[in-house]
Amino acid sequence: MPAQSPTLTFDRVSKRFADGTMAVDHVDLTVTRGTFVALVGGSGSGKSTLLKMVNRLVEPTEGRVLIDGADVTAGPAPMLRRRIGYVFQNTGLFPHMTVAQNIGIGLRIAGRAVGERVGELLDLVDLPRIVADRMPDELSGGQRQRLGVARALATEPKLLLMDEAFGALDPVTRDTLGTAIRSLHDRLGLTTILVTHDMAEALLLANRVLVMAAGRIVADATPAQLLGGEGGPEAQALVAVPRDQANRLRALAS
Amino acid sequence: MNPFLEAMGRVPPLLAQHVLLSFTALAIGIVISLPLAVWSARNRHVARVALGFASLVQTIPSLALLALFYPVLLSLSALVGGGIPALGFLPSLIALTLYALLPILRNGVAGLHGIDLAVIEAADGVGMTATQKLRLVEVPLVAPVLIAGIRTAAVWTIGAATLSTTVGQPSLGDLIFAGLQTQNWALALAGCASAAALAITVDLLIGGMEQGLKHRRRWLVATSAALLAIGMAAATAPLWPRAGGQRTVVVGAKNFAEQYILARLIGDRLERAGYRVEYRDGLGSAVIFGAVAGGDVDVYVDYAGTIWTNEMKRADVPARPAMVAAIGDWARTTRGVGLVGALGFENAYAFAMRGYDAARRGIRTLDDLVRVAPDLTLGSDLEFLERPEWAAVKRAYPLRFRATTPYSPTFMYQALASARVDVISAFSSDGRIAAEKLTVLADPRRAIPGYDAILLVAPARAKDPRFLAALKPLVGRVPVDAMRAANYRVDRERDKQTPEAAATWLAKRIGS
Repeated sequence: MPAQSPTLTFDRVSKRFADGTMAVDHVDLTVTRGTFVALVGGSGSGKSTLLKMVNRLVEPTEGRVLIDGADVTAGPAPMLRRRIGYVFQNTGLFPHMTVAQNIGIGLRIAGRAVGERVGELLDLVDLPRIVADRMPDELSGGQRQRLGVARALATEPKLLLMDEAFGALDPVTRDTLGTAIRSLHDRLGLTTILVTHDMAEALLLANRVLVMAAGRIVADATPAQLLGGEGGPEAQALVAVPRDQANRLRALAS
Repeated sequence: MNPFLEAMGRVPPLLAQHVLLSFTALAIGIVISLPLAVWSARNRHVARVALGFASLVQTIPSLALLALFYPVLLSLSALVGGGIPALGFLPSLIALTLYALLPILRNGVAGLHGIDLAVIEAADGVGMTATQKLRLVEVPLVAPVLIAGIRTAAVWTIGAATLSTTVGQPSLGDLIFAGLQTQNWALALAGCASAAALAITVDLLIGGMEQGLKHRRRWLVATSAALLAIGMAAATAPLWPRAGGQRTVVVGAKNFAEQYILARLIGDRLERAGYRVEYRDGLGSAVIFGAVAGGDVDVYVDYAGTIWTNEMKRADVPARPAMVAAIGDWARTTRGVGLVGALGFENAYAFAMRGYDAARRGIRTLDDLVRVAPDLTLGSDLEFLERPEWAAVKRAYPLRFRATTPYSPTFMYQALASARVDVISAFSSDGRIAAEKLTVLADPRRAIPGYDAILLVAPARAKDPRFLAALKPLVGRVPVDAMRAANYRVDRERDKQTPEAAATWLAKRIGS
């Protein structure tokens, strides 16, 4: 396992589904180590598909995905996935396992000792240690999502993929958890890709925002550049929404 | 003793066989359907074929499914040069295993399809291999649904196993079928109650495992499984091999009182000669001769005319001693079956009328009957009108009855007594002929062949002097009036006896 977070490269990657839809259309992209990238787009834009090609939940029909220069298809998929943290909207917690077992599963299947990791990870995601013996359905939505993050980080991956990870949460929890993830990213020195449809979230959390539409990347800019009007019309249309809301709120307050 | 408690005394060895058969079938059913369920859940085409086949099996009535494997195994055995038993455990096991497939398969596939896709994606996402995913995620999540399927299969299998009696596999069905045939309700009740109690117990215990898995109560799963295992071990205890193993022989019987009585009479003698005896009751006329030829049954009593017309396909009617001798030659040379000898009585098809009615009309023979037949109604048993004997009678005597009605044997006698019919196709050794003062009509044209009761033994037993020595004393020793009286003890409406008791009585009467 590399002690340093990896650099991720998409080399003319495409995905055409069996029905002929071009979900991802020749994407060329490099995510340098330590970056927090937000991948923004509407539903059907191809952002989730692009993300899942990194851990091979979706296999590209064309092109290659490289992690630190190595093709992800070089070894068996389970080995690759154990090096990558993955969190998604329907947390996919194992309903028949306790919180502790869910956190430890990645270590267990890799034949590694779980030991004190459960407690450490609960601390890391700000969950009380007392929930360790509970079942997932005894937790609140926010707690479950934190548990999903803890499970993803248990094997100390340096690459974290998040697919609409905060989508189903209430705004307050969503904000808290987003901030928590960003600080974990900094503290653990990760490379993180966050897929979201919420431009405000992307602007507040990421170093780099990519906008996808119809399988292509149509904008690639920093939050500051986007707020400064750069990045093209698709990106600006998305940025306009939170900006207008902020302006209206300010007007209401004055 | 209370007749029900007495009948319950026969339960333990049959329960042991019943449990062994149904649990073996269930176990094989599980072993086949689990991988099939996993495969079906992954592949639509496999699912269609597997579930389609299992559903098709379910549409076949269980009795027919069991009967189906007799000819199938018989021809299979002939194909590979013998050695595959067509009766008993094997055909029952195959039929019941097929029966157990559907609920397990269906629940397994439904359970696997029912798992939240997010959970499957998570299993892949954390890096599980296909095997880890199956073991750590799919199996635990499917287990409660799967166990429910196994529970259904267990109850079906236990119920259907009662029917394995008809293909010569001992089960609790032995009591039910024998009880129905001899109208011994205590016996039938003992069989039904035991089978139901077994099914309910197993259902409850597997249900306990299901609840335990669903609510993650490990102790409940463990306790239920342990009780099930202990119960199974205890129930099959009578089958465990014992020290000083005696040779076991199988006595066969068809499905009526006289056959049950004679089987016990033979069995008691063999036990005294040092054999361990098992009974295969309720075998059909068509399969029992094949069973003795194949060695599945060691000895049974058949009737000369039945072998003559059904097995040898002969239509002529020689004198009775010549016929028995010819059957002995034919059985030995063609099938290796040994004829020990005739017991001394005949159980022939015989036309009988109410005594006073026959006297009033002046009828003594079938010739006399021809003249008045158009005014009379014939009551027969269920198969007589289809048998070659009836065709032979009609060829010899131009009988035209006003009507003919088939009945089950008991109702046939009641119909005659209540004058709903005037003539019946009785059996000459039936105790009810004397008891109900019936007149048996003579057959001067000898249209009906002789039906001497004959002892037939399996090829291996035909060369076993100790075995033959135990049976020889019965030859020529059972007069028809003794047999009738013994049959009546079982067939009569009041104060019924079990075939065992009647056999003991008969042994004393004939001094054997």
